[in-house]
Amino acid sequence: MQPICSVEKIIEKDGKKIVVCDDTRSQLFKLLQEAQDKNGYISDKDMQEIADILDIHPVEVYSVVTFYSFFTDKKKGQHIIRISNCMPNEMAGSKEIIKVFEDELKIKLGETTKDGLFTIEMTGCIGMCDQAPAIMVDDKLIGNVDTEKVKKIISGLKQK
Amino acid sequence: MSKRQGPVIFSDIEPYAGLKSAVKMGESKIILDLVAKSNLRGRGGAGFPTGLKWKLVFDTQADKKFVICNADEGEPGTFKDRVLLSEYAKLVFEGMAIAGLAIGANAGFMYLRAEYKSLLPLIEKVLTDMRADGALGKNIMGKEGFDFDVEIRLGAGAYICGEETALIESLEGNRGEPRNRPPFPVNTGFEGYPTTVNNVETFAIIPHILTKGAEWFKDIGTEKSSGAKVISVSGDCENKGVYEIPYGTSLNEILKMTGTSSAKAIQVGGASGVCVPKEDFTRKIAFEDLSTGGSIIVLGEKVNLMDMVENFLEFFKEESCGQCTPCREGIPVFLEAVKSIKDEKCTKEYLQDILSLAETMQCSSKCGLGQSVPNAFVSVIEKFKNEYKLSKKIKEEKVFNG
Ligand SMILES: Cc1cc2nc3c(=O)[nH]c(=O)nc-3n(C[C@H](O)[C@H](O)[C@H](O)COP(=O)(O)O)c2cc1C
Ligand code: SF4
Repeated sequence: MQPICSVEKIIEKDGKKIVVCDDTRSQLFKLLQEAQDKNGYISDKDMQEIADILDIHPVEVYSVVTFYSFFTDKKKGQHIIRISNCMPNEMAGSKEIIKVFEDELKIKLGETTKDGLFTIEMTGCIGMCDQAPAIMVDDKLIGNVDTEKVKKIISGLKQK
Repeated sequence: MSKRQGPVIFSDIEPYAGLKSAVKMGESKIILDLVAKSNLRGRGGAGFPTGLKWKLVFDTQADKKFVICNADEGEPGTFKDRVLLSEYAKLVFEGMAIAGLAIGANAGFMYLRAEYKSLLPLIEKVLTDMRADGALGKNIMGKEGFDFDVEIRLGAGAYICGEETALIESLEGNRGEPRNRPPFPVNTGFEGYPTTVNNVETFAIIPHILTKGAEWFKDIGTEKSSGAKVISVSGDCENKGVYEIPYGTSLNEILKMTGTSSAKAIQVGGASGVCVPKEDFTRKIAFEDLSTGGSIIVLGEKVNLMDMVENFLEFFKEESCGQCTPCREGIPVFLEAVKSIKDEKCTKEYLQDILSLAETMQCSSKCGLGQSVPNAFVSVIEKFKNEYKLSKKIKEEKVFNG
């Protein structure tokens, strides 16, 4: 389906024709998400390129990137593990789950393993309180997490 | 279809029955009247009458209009939109298309929170199926000129983008900072065009009303709150999950439904909501009593309520957009107050200052986030005097200098 926008314009990117909104920067998110999906983060070069496509200043792109917690301009681990610490999750032991990840991966919250495989972060409610404690592994939602499950998740991702 | 049971969304309905009725009614005015007559109010939290919102968009002259489904569900303790999107997405999109017909919009967005990205393939498949069935796209259900389609846009992890003007900012590719209101989105919304923003659940109710009528809907619930609410129950309770309850259901009944024998308190409405003590479990879920987007967190004896308040405040500190002073500067003061209460260092005078700051924040913050920051704190201070100790010192130990 073509994107929905108020005024359309066809442009070329990577040799492909894509439709963007001419009068707005409403396609910015999509371009940022594509860039991040490709490399795991949004580099200065990506921001410059996106700014050129949409004809806005790169600083504006940067200010959007830094506003949202799922956008990052720094290289992180290949897999990002987000542990929800909202109240129902805290009641169900999210703090202990964080500790298990820290011990297993030998890093602290917010850090990336030396091999570049994993980053662990804390996040707000991920809408999985019926299955607390719950986490997000990349895009995947995983509930009822315990020590055994943490070990399985890590070894599973290492084998990939 | 799933086997869930409930009076409205979870009641039986034929696929596309709502769309077919809407097409039969034909005219915008008839649909708008029906939705208004049903007394349907928004399920996203604020409870604005849906029929009125749509009429305001309809009445605004413009060559384009938009329908937006708010699927940013970020309130701690809610997950009902995740369940609705996983099991009832077709009903939601049907509701959006009916809204499109009613207000005269040809395009809609669903703003889906980044945390639910894994639902995307499933939701996209529903859209593809609906286009194949002639329920989206051009000439919907064979009605000449009834064109409507939906594009899914992913959020990027910001609770504030659930606020409708921040959501529109985000859709336009900006930082999710709430706008001044007025102008309201019904007049000046996405790209300056008249726009209705409604919750996932609100849209899922629409096909039922179109098919079964306003009177059927009004017979469910209370006089002031028509219909039912989908709630998300979590915390110290036996059967966590999603339930659809008629408005007027008491907290006691909810506990019974979920097989929970005892609780010390229930946090209603998530981090923005209030903490209700045991004595008040006769209170009811309804716009006229406990009005909520549906987050019900059951708190057992072991939960420390000051820890809970601190958890909420840390969340708000992280999620405040920082645009206006009362919210940006107020949250850290509340956090400090909670710490001093936990250390038994807070004097009566200091607490009074904090409670008056609460009032200031409730009335002077720009958006609902800042306005609801003090709710949990104030309710715990007022209703749970055994849960904390104030400092015996008469002289103010801390001077509030905000
Ligand atoms: C901080 C904040 C967060 C909000 N989050 C949501 C949300 O996640 N989903 C939602 O439908 N409404 C949310 N709202 C309410 C919306 O602003 C808006 O009122 C709602 O989407 C309108 O839909 P309704 O009329 O169907 O309830 C939020 C409001 C505020 C102030
Ligand atoms: S109240 Fe808070 S979240 Fe809302 S606009 Fe002000 S600073 Fe931003």
